[in-house]
Amino acid sequence: MANITLLKAVNEGLRGAMQNDPSVLCFGEDVGPKGGVFLATENLTSEFGEGRCFDTPLSEDGIIGTAIGMAMNGLRPVAEIQFQDFIFPAFDQIVSEAAKMRYRSGGQYTVPMVIRTPYGGGIRGGLYHSQSGEAYFCHTPGLKVVIPSTPYDAKGLLIAAIQDPDPVLFMEPKALYRSVKGEVPDENYTVDLSTLRSVKEGDDVTVFCYGAMVPVVEKAAALAQEKGISTNIVDLRTLLPLDEEGVLEHAKRTGRVVIVHEAPRFCGYGSEVSALIAENVIEYMEAPIKRVTGFDTPFPNTLEHHYLPDERRVLDAIEQTAAY
Amino acid sequence: MSTSQLKSVIQADGASPGYDPGLSDAELLHMYRTLLLTRAFDDMCIKLQRSGRIGFSVPNRGIEATSVGTASAFRKDDWFFPSYRDFGVGLYHGVDPTDMMHNMFGNKLDTSKGRQMPVHFSFVDPIHLVSISSPIGTHIVQAVGAAYAFKQRGEDKVCMASFGDGGTSSLGFHSALNFAGVWKAPVVFTCQNNGYAISCPNEMQTASESYAIKGLAYGVPSVRVDGNDIFAVREATVAAVARARAGDGPTLIECVTFRMGGHSTSDDPSKYVPKELFEHWAKRDPIDIFEKALFKSKKLTKKKKAELQKECEEQVIAGVRLATDAPAPGLEEIFTDVYAELPDHLRRQGEMAFDLAKRKGSADAGDGAFPL
Repeated sequence: MANITLLKAVNEGLRGAMQNDPSVLCFGEDVGPKGGVFLATENLTSEFGEGRCFDTPLSEDGIIGTAIGMAMNGLRPVAEIQFQDFIFPAFDQIVSEAAKMRYRSGGQYTVPMVIRTPYGGGIRGGLYHSQSGEAYFCHTPGLKVVIPSTPYDAKGLLIAAIQDPDPVLFMEPKALYRSVKGEVPDENYTVDLSTLRSVKEGDDVTVFCYGAMVPVVEKAAALAQEKGISTNIVDLRTLLPLDEEGVLEHAKRTGRVVIVHEAPRFCGYGSEVSALIAENVIEYMEAPIKRVTGFDTPFPNTLEHHYLPDERRVLDAIEQTAAY
Repeated sequence: MSTSQLKSVIQADGASPGYDPGLSDAELLHMYRTLLLTRAFDDMCIKLQRSGRIGFSVPNRGIEATSVGTASAFRKDDWFFPSYRDFGVGLYHGVDPTDMMHNMFGNKLDTSKGRQMPVHFSFVDPIHLVSISSPIGTHIVQAVGAAYAFKQRGEDKVCMASFGDGGTSSLGFHSALNFAGVWKAPVVFTCQNNGYAISCPNEMQTASESYAIKGLAYGVPSVRVDGNDIFAVREATVAAVARARAGDGPTLIECVTFRMGGHSTSDDPSKYVPKELFEHWAKRDPIDIFEKALFKSKKLTKKKKAELQKECEEQVIAGVRLATDAPAPGLEEIFTDVYAELPDHLRRQGEMAFDLAKRKGSADAGDGAFPL
């Protein structure tokens, strides 16, 4: 057990999976000797050799397309897309190929691969180093979509994703890479790919969130507590498949719901969570379901702190929902 | 090797001096029979579509020698990522035309369980013929990944990826050649230059002097051959497969041929292909050319030809009967194989579909028509 950053937990998850299974390999732009632009693959080339952790040409389509071929043919590729904003040249390969291969071949060909990619704002990355594109991918049957928010989950979910028989998009909250630390076991372990995490129990308002928004919601909940509002915080963490039963239980528990994500609001992931609750347990709701999200604009640079939901905006939503 | 000159082997009189295909008489006849079987299957699919029994097909007439000549250079344990206009690849290596016909009908016995359009085959036995995709070029780069896996495990297997002239404009083509060149991946790229990408002619597709030349920029040896001359296709592909198997990396082969029909059964080529082009290429029919070579070398008699033709037609007809008799896939097949395990939300959606079928009756079957 060690107290490490989320970034280090990703690195340890990769190392553990590679030690455990010789068919696991990591590749992408600058992933090899440099260890990736965030250093998530640091030292893996020196430890496992250039055949198992290596640089590729600068082509997201090529990275994901070749990863699919490798996965169909017995390897367990972990492909890195340097920033989630750069994933779109590979959208065709992910959505039309990886996600549909098992289905269209009647199970003859499968794609057990992981795509790791840092997502989200908070590093002054502007339009193209800040986006949260999870909703595009959650709309794709055949994919799994995972976003950890703690070092423990980062390692456990990553190893589970690598062992999973289906393609998993593993989105890493880059704002949390070095800003959160936590206790992580030295050995390999897995975290289930379809179970939410209860962050903090509370009785008045349930807040559903994931990724880099979790610490923001925790701060807002502490402020709400000072005003006598007890917040129930849920980290959804496995967005697809979602732990739907868990969501409904937590929604029923307080009858008041706030959903927080940094991605734009329209057709965002929060819409699905809201619809799920409305369709199934609306009779338990004592207040309108509220969303706190990024704006429906491109991601700004200088004003990113106004774009990203912060504890001020989340607290406001919690207060309004509690008072309704 | 040349990327601009067109390499042929079989001469106008049927002779191929100085060329040894390295095949026994039986293998040569198998090659010829596969050409006949490909055409019989193709003709039948068009008839089935015209009579409304299947929704769609992709004419293969004219490109059969490219397809079969390419396939003949590979082993059964190699992996194939064919284009959708490549019936001869599976047929050469023993894929049962009846199994292909099940796909044309999208029935319960179709390996893709009726989920794909016709001509989108997927097999793992007797060869790995990787599930065919409709988006152009995506499979080319996947073939490079699969080839990397062979190389990484130290296996001497090779991947084949084939695509049309239009495919060379796709992202996948360029990514694939670039990655394969850098990795020296054991893969052979076959560009089936059949003149048109749906209605788009070569001169609107590229300003390059050939498609083969595109390989050179990626450090991939490239060659241009007569795609209607099965020996020319085989000669180039055998050399490419040997290079790949020896660890010397990829090759791009442009096979110059012509699509003697529409892009698909939903397309009318008379609107954009000049009549003279069809007339010109009709005189260069790939089966006629190979027949001439076989007659010249006395490997084939008229009697044998008639026998084989009849055999192939009967084999295809038998397949149509079996495919017609097979039922449609069950409703549950909408929901299976999305993931290895059925997630809860899909289980619930499946239950809703079954419940509705029970309460309100099953949905009507469509007429199977498809507009493209």
